[in-house]
Amino acid sequence: MSLLLTIGFGPLATAIHNWVTASISNATGALATEMVIVGISLLLFLVPLCFFLGYMERRVAGFMQMRLGPNRVGPQGTLQIVADTVKLLLKEGLTPDASDKFLFNLAPIIVVVTSMLVLAPIAFAKDFQIWDISIGVLYMASVSSISVIGILMAGWSSNNKYSLLGAMRSGAQIVSYELSVGLSLITIVIFTGSLRMSDIVNSQADGWWIIKGHIPAIISFVIFVIASTAEINRAPFDLAEAEQELTAGFHTEYSGMKFAMFLLAEYINLFIVSAVAATLFLGGWMPFHIGHWEMFNHIMDFIPSSIWFMSKTFLIIFIIMQFRWTFPRLRVDQLLNLEWKYLLPISMFNILLVTVCAIMGWYF
Amino acid sequence: MTTEELKLSVATLFPAATFDETGEFLNVMVNLPEFRNVMKTLRHNSELSFDSLFCLTCIDWKTHLMMVYHMISKQHRHVLVIKVKLDNTVKPEIETVCDIWKTANFHEREVFDLFGVNFKNHPDMRRIMLDDNWDGFPLRKNYVDENMISL
Amino acid sequence: MSLLGEPELTEDGEFVINIGPQHPSTHGVLHLKVWLDGETIKKVQPHLGYIHRSIEKMSESLSYRNFIFATSRMDYLSAHINNEACALTVEKGLGIEAPPRAQAIRILMAELTRLSSHQLWWGCMGLDLGAVSPFFYGFRERESIMEVMEETCGARLTQNYMVPGGIMYDIHPNFQNRVKNVLKQIKENFKEYDDLLTGNVIFEGRTKGVGYLSPEDAISYGCTGPTARGSGVSCDVRKWFPYDGYDKLQFNEILETGGDCYARYMVRMAEMRQSVRIIEQMIDNIPEGDFQTKTKAVLKLPKGEFYQRVETARGELGVYIVSDGAASPYRIKYRSPNFSNLSALEHMAKGAKIGDLVAIMATIDLVIPDVDR
Repeated sequence: MSLLLTIGFGPLATAIHNWVTASISNATGALATEMVIVGISLLLFLVPLCFFLGYMERRVAGFMQMRLGPNRVGPQGTLQIVADTVKLLLKEGLTPDASDKFLFNLAPIIVVVTSMLVLAPIAFAKDFQIWDISIGVLYMASVSSISVIGILMAGWSSNNKYSLLGAMRSGAQIVSYELSVGLSLITIVIFTGSLRMSDIVNSQADGWWIIKGHIPAIISFVIFVIASTAEINRAPFDLAEAEQELTAGFHTEYSGMKFAMFLLAEYINLFIVSAVAATLFLGGWMPFHIGHWEMFNHIMDFIPSSIWFMSKTFLIIFIIMQFRWTFPRLRVDQLLNLEWKYLLPISMFNILLVTVCAIMGWYF
Repeated sequence: MTTEELKLSVATLFPAATFDETGEFLNVMVNLPEFRNVMKTLRHNSELSFDSLFCLTCIDWKTHLMMVYHMISKQHRHVLVIKVKLDNTVKPEIETVCDIWKTANFHEREVFDLFGVNFKNHPDMRRIMLDDNWDGFPLRKNYVDENMISL
Repeated sequence: MSLLGEPELTEDGEFVINIGPQHPSTHGVLHLKVWLDGETIKKVQPHLGYIHRSIEKMSESLSYRNFIFATSRMDYLSAHINNEACALTVEKGLGIEAPPRAQAIRILMAELTRLSSHQLWWGCMGLDLGAVSPFFYGFRERESIMEVMEETCGARLTQNYMVPGGIMYDIHPNFQNRVKNVLKQIKENFKEYDDLLTGNVIFEGRTKGVGYLSPEDAISYGCTGPTARGSGVSCDVRKWFPYDGYDKLQFNEILETGGDCYARYMVRMAEMRQSVRIIEQMIDNIPEGDFQTKTKAVLKLPKGEFYQRVETARGELGVYIVSDGAASPYRIKYRSPNFSNLSALEHMAKGAKIGDLVAIMATIDLVIPDVDR
């Protein structure tokens, strides 16, 4: 047990860093080597993660719909998703004749790359972070909005009327909901006084913000979960796909690996959104601490930080998955009404509230 | 209104109409020229007020076509069948009733499609089931389909 | 950019899309041409006939025993009730009546069919609005009804159980017990239906005030069944023109006055409960005796015209037989409920959003083979 604690992810990262800088004298070369290592380990992490999320989604859906879900391929159906990936890889990647071929092929790449970029400032464990950029929260909020370009591109270049409608819906939706996502992130930034992810996590050493920040934090947490579900186009806000209305919306014409990339991006986005919610509101990798209860806090520290982070993230993923399998879809005007008439005014009021709380010190 | 009363009031309104009471409902035979007038009166006369046209079809009797309109009054709960004989089997024509009962729109298109009866003043007189360039009218008795497989 | 050689926009700047014939929410091969202004629907034009089999023409060369089987393929979700309508018409022509036992079984089967049809509709309604889970819950009870059907009629979907003069063969010995079990299960699960969909905020937002149909329009368009009853138009054939002894039973005709999708939804939900009520009254009171009247081997209807209507799960089905005295009908016309209900779609969908169109289609509960015949 003690061995596990000493060889956490943080010390491992430091050890690798020291080893790389020691063996490669050229600073640029060392940085490049590190980037390659990060890239490879990211892929090694993301692919199994998406496999797991795909499997989890099917099992959760099965659980909520009184059926079993995948249970034939591999133990408990765990390899089903691998089989499906192989199928998608072997399928012909059709490009419609009348489409804009360059943009059509570029769109899925943009969508995936964008979602991978957003992973950079996320703290997966104690001292284990790709890039602890000083404007972490701002970086995430701005980079994640690039994905709308990919979706619009996919819808437009497919030369399909359903795709175009889906892309236009998606444009309106993502641009609107970004406001609420941003404003709810700012709530925590105001409490912390820093945009840096590590600062935000460290500020929760004596309690998570959702507890310390009481009413304004809870409001912004709820708004964040709703708005970010909308931003990543998941049901009940999946209007861009809207199977029953637009067959498959913006990715109607995609098949094979290009389609799989949209799927990959969807799951990475789901993970990111949950990870951000877990980091900002539930303390990220920070164990559950209560003020100055040293004994209790010490016991909690025995659970590795990566486990804390993952369990919080997956709790939120589970909640978002439950949304998907429970609610009917909103109509496009209701979707925009919800944002502009309810979430945005509430968020704005909440900013006022949180500022007063922060100035007056009305938080724990 | 009972069948007798119904017959009486229809007979007073339209002296030219003939009656047939062999079936379940009262059948009224109407001449083609006064057909549209009869239908309008049946719909709007407050004593009759046939507000629902529940069945509209055609029968091919080889020598002539027979349009059949089943109607019911939701208010008075009486049923009436109007029949119109179309002697011209080559180019049968009749006035539309789809401005009186909106349901007639689809049903008349169906009759046009399968019997070839042309409804004058119908807003959208196209084939409804079959292909636009289909040859012939399948429900006519003289329709021959060389591709048909006999069961 | 052009598709199939059509211009992208019409002269009025409207965007034309074709919904169907292959589309997830048209429940079959319905083809709707939709003129859009942004997301708002300007005009809907149904294009029918993708599954037109000319059952009416076919029936003209089939005997009075055989033509009934073609009708199971019309409204396949109410196959029993379609068969019942035909059997009743032929009986009317022959001047006979089914024995009491056959009538009771017919009512039981018809109401079980109605229940299963409405359960399928409920699941699909949820699915059309984007909630996938109701589909499985709706199919759960439907499946147990299908098992009962399979045991007694030998088929799950296109049952051919009703024949002129009664029913084809007697019920399975397990029938009553199994139906009681199914009823118990269904009554327990009605609550789940309401929990999952009825009270949901998004669901109410999607259906309330959507697809309004006024009572006058409902009558004028010839709408029947839950579509018309959602607008407050009384049209239940079981009450207006009782057949097979429906007049001896206690049940209510459900009327809602909203005229929107929500009202139509509520009508069907309440109708399921009424069906359960009817089955409960009948299941222990099936009279003993023959299940079929003796009829001749070759049926011949006297010269004349016979019209019979029944209440299917979707509305009023009328069977109009013109006989010239031969062994097969001279002319047969099915006045199918969906054909008339569909004609009101354009009126209901005008000015709505694409999402609403799907909701409206779901609450009309279209079965395309019944439209095309």
